[in-house]
Amino acid sequence: MRPINSKITKIVEETPSIRTFRFDTSLDDAQPGQFVMVWVRGVDEVPMGCSFKNGITVQKVGDATSRLFEMKEGDSVGLRGPFGKGFTLPAKDENILIIAGGVGVAPLGPLADEAISLGAKITTILGARTASELVFEKRFSEAGEVHLTTDDGSAGTCGFVTTVLADVDVSVYDRICVCGPEIMMFNVLKMLEEKGAHERAEFSLHRYFKCAIGVCGACCMDHEGLRVCKDGPVLNGSLLLDSEFGNYKRSSSSQRVKV
Amino acid sequence: MVKITGIEFRNPTILASGIMGTTGASLVRMANSGAGAVVTKSIGPEPKIGHPNPSMVKLDCGFLNAMGLPNPSYADFDNEIKIAKEGADVPVIASIFGGNAEEFVRVAEGLADSKPDAFELNVSCPHAEGYGATIGTDSCMVEAITAAVCDAVDAPVWVKLTPNVTDIKSIGKAAENGGAAAVVAINTLRGMAIDINSGYPILGNRFGGLSGTAVKPVAIKCVYDLYEALDIPVIGVGGVSSWEDAVEMIMAGASAVQVGSAVHEGVEVFADIATGIEQFLQDNGYPGVEDITGLAHEVI
Ligand SMILES: Cc1cc2nc3c(=O)[nH]c(=O)nc-3n(C[C@H](O)[C@H](O)[C@H](O)COP(=O)(O)OP(=O)(O)OC[C@H]3O[C@@H](n4cnc5c(N)ncnc54)[C@H](O)[C@@H]3O)c2cc1C
Ligand SMILES: Cc1cc2nc3c(=O)[nH]c(=O)nc-3n(C[C@H](O)[C@H](O)[C@H](O)COP(=O)(O)O)c2cc1C
Ligand code: FES
Repeated sequence: MRPINSKITKIVEETPSIRTFRFDTSLDDAQPGQFVMVWVRGVDEVPMGCSFKNGITVQKVGDATSRLFEMKEGDSVGLRGPFGKGFTLPAKDENILIIAGGVGVAPLGPLADEAISLGAKITTILGARTASELVFEKRFSEAGEVHLTTDDGSAGTCGFVTTVLADVDVSVYDRICVCGPEIMMFNVLKMLEEKGAHERAEFSLHRYFKCAIGVCGACCMDHEGLRVCKDGPVLNGSLLLDSEFGNYKRSSSSQRVKV
Repeated sequence: MVKITGIEFRNPTILASGIMGTTGASLVRMANSGAGAVVTKSIGPEPKIGHPNPSMVKLDCGFLNAMGLPNPSYADFDNEIKIAKEGADVPVIASIFGGNAEEFVRVAEGLADSKPDAFELNVSCPHAEGYGATIGTDSCMVEAITAAVCDAVDAPVWVKLTPNVTDIKSIGKAAENGGAAAVVAINTLRGMAIDINSGYPILGNRFGGLSGTAVKPVAIKCVYDLYEALDIPVIGVGGVSSWEDAVEMIMAGASAVQVGSAVHEGVEVFADIATGIEQFLQDNGYPGVEDITGLAHEVI
């Protein structure tokens, strides 16, 4: 598909470094966890989880995201998608634990919304470096119970999401859905493995994407050759044990780099 | 079983270069999903990040890509070939590129330790300045580079040709004269798409290469012409997504077919094509693939 010309209709400043952009394009068939390729014309095209059917939530890190942060309502980008496989949707009365770190909230916000409308019960562990960096606190609160954690203790528990997770009885959850920095997700996976719950866990991964449609191989993970863009970005915990996850990834030239 | 340039393949489908070929593990996955052989992403002398995105888009008629030969360089890639060789029980072909004969030789020698079953010389990428088709449109350079690599390595050398020339036969001849064991045709056709909302060319590199269904008739004609002109085998590639496409390509003169873009529909494509060819041969009483190779030349 060609990029859909999408006008920015609304910009919400979530934190000093994270903004939500809403578009006049709504990808109504997007499932929670799927992503779009955002073409910032003249700069780059980068993957972003859909945080709304018509929106993305972006952390400013480099060229494309900085250019996006200079844009105003009325400006436009090209959008392609939705691509990839999202989270498994819960059945009625299922118990879902959401674990979100930093901008990892992006694909988990729609999961919380959708899960609630399907009649599932949601508990969220929401983490950030500091209180002002917490995103979607209200959105997750409206879906269920929320445990906050911050690295500096400025809100909720002082520590990481794993500090909270250590005291959680995960046996009551039908599924555990995770997104955040890879090291955080890796520590969560190890903890869930110890608790025998990794097979019920799903992780939304980040890898370097070029084609984003499962052809070029840039995003492939060892040792199964899984394509994060097409077989993922959401992958079951059992597929990630004994993989490169938490250890290394590939750069834009496909060289191995430490996570 | 098919034998080309002394290498045995369990079936005549081969993973094309640049598709799922960046890591050893992904090559193994493609072999396990049915490919008779796999070709690596094209590897060069230095690490290269490629062109900015968008680097691939699906259009109504096919795909446009300008990846820009991203690769970790031969120094980092020999380990991936080793992983592929250990994990896959099919031949592993190393696709390589360089800006001149010395660079091609440096990459080929650098990868020789990992023992690829053959080398495929990429003198045909249409959008990498100083590489690929810049070289592959000049028959003298094609002959010199082929000869230099053939001198430097023991494994058979295949040369992958660009369709973006007036006379592909003369380039094929140059490869044959340089000592190539086979030619592979075709790489992508130069193409472009423009976003009418903004006027921006869609690909980060502005233009790129067209692949998929749209290029099949071009590929069939190139294979047909090369089969007539050369004594070495022709490996067909371009727009093959079904066993019918593969049989058509083989009848034009291909000894085997490579499959690239069709992997988009699913990695099972190799097994599907291979079984389809096998069934077709059986149903029509042909003993093997070689019995229909070039059939289109014989019937008239
Ligand atoms: C499936 C997926 C979903 C994502 N969802 C979000 C999201 O919802 N919100 C958010 O803020 N970020 C998200 N990201 C990360 C986001 O894509 C990168 O932060 C963004 O590409 C940075 O672009 P840049 O040009 O600003 O940075 P650059 O200066 O180009 O690079 C900074 C870093 O960004 C990453 N990056 C750059 N280009 C790409 C690319 N083509 N593919 C993957 N990573 C790249 C690399 O890790 C790189 O080191 C997601 C990534 C993936 C793979
Ligand atoms: C994303 C992509 C990357 C490619 N990279 C290479 C490459 O590195 N080296 C090469 O020789 N050909 C490369 N090609 C060309 C393919 O190997 C093949 O020749 C072409 O796509 C036509 O076949 P198809 O229609 O089956 O895709 C690439 C093609 C695509 C789509
Ligand atoms: S980015 Fe090309 S296969 Fe995933």
